[in-house]
This record gives sequence, structure tokens and C-alpha cells, in this order.
Amino acid sequence: MTTIYLALLSGALGLYTLSMVTGFFHLFQPRPQKTLWCKRFILAGASLHLLAFLERCFQAQTLAVTNLHESLSFFALLLGLAFLLIGRKIPLPTLGAFISPLLVVFTLWALATTHTISPQPPILRSFWLPLHVLLSFAGNAFLVLGCIISVMYLLQEHLIKKKQIKGIFRNLPALQKLDESSYLCLRCGFPLLTLGIISGSVWASFAWGSHWSWDPKETWSLITWLLFAALLHGRMNSGWRGRKASFLTIIGFAAIMFTFLGVNLMLSGLHSYAAH
Amino acid sequence: MHIVALGLNHQTAPVATRERLAFKAEELPEVLQRLKDEAQLSEALILSTCNRVELYGICNSLESCHERLIKFLADFHQIEIADFADNLYFHTDSDAIHHGFRVASSLDSMVVGEPQILGQFKDAFAIASAEASTGLILNRFMHRSFFIAKEVRTQTKIASNAVSVSFAAVELAKKIFGDLNDMKVMLIGAGEMCELAARHFINQGVEQVLVTNRTLSRAQQLADEFSGIALPFDIFRGHLDQVDIILSSTGAPDFIIGPDEMAKALKKRRNRPMFLIDIAVPRDIDPKVNELDNIYLFDVDDLQDVVTENLDQRRNEAKHAEELVSREVEKFEQWLASLSVTPTIKQLREQVLQIGNQELNKTLAGFSDLSPKDEQRLKAMVNAISNKFLHHPINYLKVKNDNGDTMPATTIREIFKLDEEDKKINS
Repeated sequence: MTTIYLALLSGALGLYTLSMVTGFFHLFQPRPQKTLWCKRFILAGASLHLLAFLERCFQAQTLAVTNLHESLSFFALLLGLAFLLIGRKIPLPTLGAFISPLLVVFTLWALATTHTISPQPPILRSFWLPLHVLLSFAGNAFLVLGCIISVMYLLQEHLIKKKQIKGIFRNLPALQKLDESSYLCLRCGFPLLTLGIISGSVWASFAWGSHWSWDPKETWSLITWLLFAALLHGRMNSGWRGRKASFLTIIGFAAIMFTFLGVNLMLSGLHSYAAH
Repeated sequence: MHIVALGLNHQTAPVATRERLAFKAEELPEVLQRLKDEAQLSEALILSTCNRVELYGICNSLESCHERLIKFLADFHQIEIADFADNLYFHTDSDAIHHGFRVASSLDSMVVGEPQILGQFKDAFAIASAEASTGLILNRFMHRSFFIAKEVRTQTKIASNAVSVSFAAVELAKKIFGDLNDMKVMLIGAGEMCELAARHFINQGVEQVLVTNRTLSRAQQLADEFSGIALPFDIFRGHLDQVDIILSSTGAPDFIIGPDEMAKALKKRRNRPMFLIDIAVPRDIDPKVNELDNIYLFDVDDLQDVVTENLDQRRNEAKHAEELVSREVEKFEQWLASLSVTPTIKQLREQVLQIGNQELNKTLAGFSDLSPKDEQRLKAMVNAISNKFLHHPINYLKVKNDNGDTMPATTIREIFKLDEEDKKINS
């Protein structure tokens, strides 16, 4: 059964790689574009990826996000889906070129780590666990997408300020559109992350009898949450936008990445990806 | 049978000569008839614009065709031949095809890639075909030209970037704001370039235009023209925060807008981005303004750089377009060659035989007890009918061809739909 799963996942990786290649081509080529293959490849890749994930969930009889392999893969899937969703609201033609490398890296990394199904300790079995995981991952996926868009913003802003009106400037989206869609990602991602943390806390009280135990993952989630809360507040009430907002979003990105991976790989705690 | 093109354009002739040789659209129907008669052309078309006057035609022999065309121009416009003969170019066959394709694709234009020429060419063709002065060859020549022009536009970036300072400003604004629908524009001063840029912005659908000028009446006049609002010059600074785009071109000797008031305006509009275009020389806006976040200031040199860059790109794209055109010229020549008698006869035979065989096979399928000998006889009958049916048309083609007349071949091709593309269109 794992062969089907791995085949689907590898297929997704192949399509993500194709999207990366076509994405770079869109970005650097000087001719106008008729069809955006990059986005289509991501759509196809994410579809295969979703199938792989469902197959895995079916095998494991639970939401299959229990170890590093599954987490990396699931995150890539959600990032791809977030990209497709945001693209429906505000189309950003060359965003795919910036997102696809992340999809490739995460999926490749997932394939390179042990992918045996980890048995779940009975203590963790609860309706709240999948909810907590789903919400937190989805929130982070939107926030990471927002960060990538912010990187594009800073790049385009730099080009316009320095009057470099050529090359990839022509293929990057308008500044305002980038800023709007980064803000949209924040508005989607932040509530999801908040609910993710709350549901985790509820679950913790069932599993361990306490809402919050200050383990490193929790502490860092809180730091990330505070950063994005500050950013959202600034955007809503103090007219933060553009460069300032983009820099903060990118700092937020670093915090997410550390919470997501750094904590597990460097520190230990309740949230470790099944250590075996 | 030859395609010829004779004419003059902005590169070969001064405007004084071009205007003397130009044709008015309303006189064209009559002129085309005269042209065909006097220059002995079987088909003719005239393209007359402010940058070029060109005669396209089909003639049976090139001998003295050039002279007849020149004489026609001289007679019609009553000008001495010596006054314009040096300004003319004359192309025949593949060169003429190549020239026509280049003109339609705007590769021969003053501003390479400008779109008007294609429309003008289409109008010229519409007049000529309404007068039935074009036939099989020029019709196809024109259709191919328009097709190639479209290819060049879609496959190259030849026409996609602004080549005027005022339009470059609009394109930059789009790169900052995305779409310009809800934008407000302020004009400071009333220079010509400013006005032009304002018009471009209005065409892009900006919501409102504010105009200010040291002379309020002038501001009012412009504001009326754009259905905008005029502001007295001494209070315009109080309105800076309400606008997204500022176009400035006053004759002021010093800066009239500095970083302090822009910082204030930005704060008031909660950092929503602003695009400032300073077309004045000496400049109106302190360049330090560009150091503020969310403000993008371009002066006239910056815009000129953008235009230069875009023109370079157009020239690069033109090379790519030239390749496209050359390829198409080859294709067109192949088609022309197929018009001559030998391939026409061959294709005609094949087509009739093919139809015969198709029907034969259908019939044979209905028989179950036919001996091989009977089958042979039926086949022989189909062949005999095909050959006898084609005997006279083919003889006719051959005789006419020996007399130097290729028109029957084109007629036969049309009647029997021997050209692939015509088949596609009609099927």
C-alpha cells in the first residue's frame, strides 16, 4: 500500500518540479504569456498530493500528521492549496515561481525522511488532535504564503525605487496587488492559527490535564502568534503597509519555520515528531 | 505573373513629397480602375497614409511595369517624374511580398510596432476589394499580411511597452497600483506633456482629476475639459493626501514640493502609496521625496530612460518579428509557385481520381460475388471517365499557359478548391 502512496507523492513532486521550471521561465522570459502552465502544474501536483494524503490517512486510520515525514508533506500540500485559493481572489501571475521551490523542497525533504506509519500513543487519541493539527497547519500555510508574497513585494519595490524598469520587473505583479494579497493571507492565516492554538490547549487539558505547559513548541507558537497579532494590529489600525509590513511578515516567517521545524529538530518537548 | 510594389515612405521622402503624392480615400475607387488600365495590372491596391504612399499590383510581365507605375503617379498628380523618382522604391516578387508583410506588421513604421498601420492597410484593402480591383492573388496576399501582423503582435513584445514619456508614466502607475479605476490624479501646472499624460490616465479610468495652476482660470479651463476640480495654487498642498498620482510641470525655479509635506500627506492617508511624476525642468519635486516609504517619484529623465529601454526592447523584438516575416514570405512564394500550370494539372488529376476511387470502393463494397476481372473492368471505367472528363480543361490550361496567361490556373484552383487552406475554410 505504501507503494501507491509513495508513487502519488513522487508524482506530486515531479509536477511541483515542472511548475518550478515553468515558473522561472514565466518570470524571466521577455515575451507575453498566453497560458500559465506553472499554476496548472501546481494544481495537478496538489491534486495528486491530496490523494496521497487521503490514502495515508486511510492507512493510518487517523489524520496522518504524526511524524516529521507526514508533517513536511502535509505542510507542502496546504501551502499549495493556500496558493490556489489566494490566487482565485487576487491573481498574481508569477507567484507560482516563488512558491513552487518551497513545495519542491518540502516534498523532497518529506520523501527523504523515514515514512513508516508511527503508531499513536492512546493518550493522544482524541477528536481535538486532528482539529488542532489541521487548524495550526492551515494557519501557518497562509502565513508562509503571505511571507513569500512579501518577498516579491520587497523585490518589486526595490526595482521601482531604484528605477530598474526592465527584466523581471515587467513580469512581477503590481505593488498594491502584492500588498493586498499579503494582507489577505494574514487575515486568513491569523484566525486559523489562533483557533489552532486554542484547540491545542483544549486538547492538552484533556490529555495532560493542563491547558498550557510551556513546552518549547508552545512558547514559540505564542511568540509567532504575538508577532502576527502585532502585524495585524498595525495593518488594521496604524496604516502599516508596504515595506514595513513586508519586513515584519518575513520575520514572522522565520518564527514559523523555527516553531515548525527548529523546535522539533533542536529542542525536545511534548510536540516531538515521534522520536524513533 | 508578378507581384509588384512601388511607393515611398517617411524614410525615402520628405513630407512635402509624400503629401503631393497622397490619395484621398474617396477618390480611390476611381483611381484604382485608372491604375489597372494605365499600368496594365490585373489586380491593384493603393495604400495611402501620412507616412507612405504605396501601389501594389499584379502584372503579367515586368517589362516596363516600373515605368508605367511611375508615369501613372506623375500623370494622376500632375507632377514632374524627376521631382519624386529618386524617392521611390520598387519591389518585385518575393521582395514585394516581403515589403508588404513588413509594412502590415509595422516593422517599416516610423515608430516600430505602432498599431495604426494595420488598420490603414485593412481599410485600403476593403476599398480595393469592394471595387473588385483585387483578385485571387492580392486577396490572399492581404489576408496573409493581416494574419502575420497579428502573429507578430502576439508572439513578440514589439508593441507592448510605452514609447512615449506620458504613456510610460501610465504603465508605471499600473505597476504600482494594479488598476487605476479608483485613483485620483492631481495636475500641478498645465504643461503640454502633463495634459497628455492626464489624458492617458483618464483613458485608464481614473476616478477624479484635480487641477491647480498659478493662474486659476487656466486651471479651471483644464479642469472643465477633464470634468475635474480646479484648486487655487496657494491651497493645493492641503489636498496632497487626497490624491494617489501627482503630475507636476510648473515653471517654478525651485522645488515646490518637499519631503516634509509629503511625509505629512502620507501620514494623513495612512501610508497608502503615491506616485509622483515630475515633468518640470527645473524640477518641481525634491528628489529626497523618493526616499520616503510608499512614495515613488519619477522625474523626466527617469521616464526617458524607461522609454529608451522600451525602444531598445522593441528593436530586439523586431529582429524576432523579421524572422517570422521571412518564414511567411517563403510559404507565400510556395503557394504562388503552385499556381503555375504543371502542379495545378497534377493536383486536379489527383483530386478527380481520388473522388472516383472513393466512389468505386463504396460501390465495390456492395458487391459480394464480383470476379477479379469484373473489378478490374470497373476500375478501368472510373479511370477512363476521369481522364476524359479532364481532357478539355487540361488542354485549355496548357494552351493558355503557352500564351503566357496563368489566370485560368488560378480560376481552376478556386473552382476545384485545390488549396489546402481554402479546403479548411470551406469544409
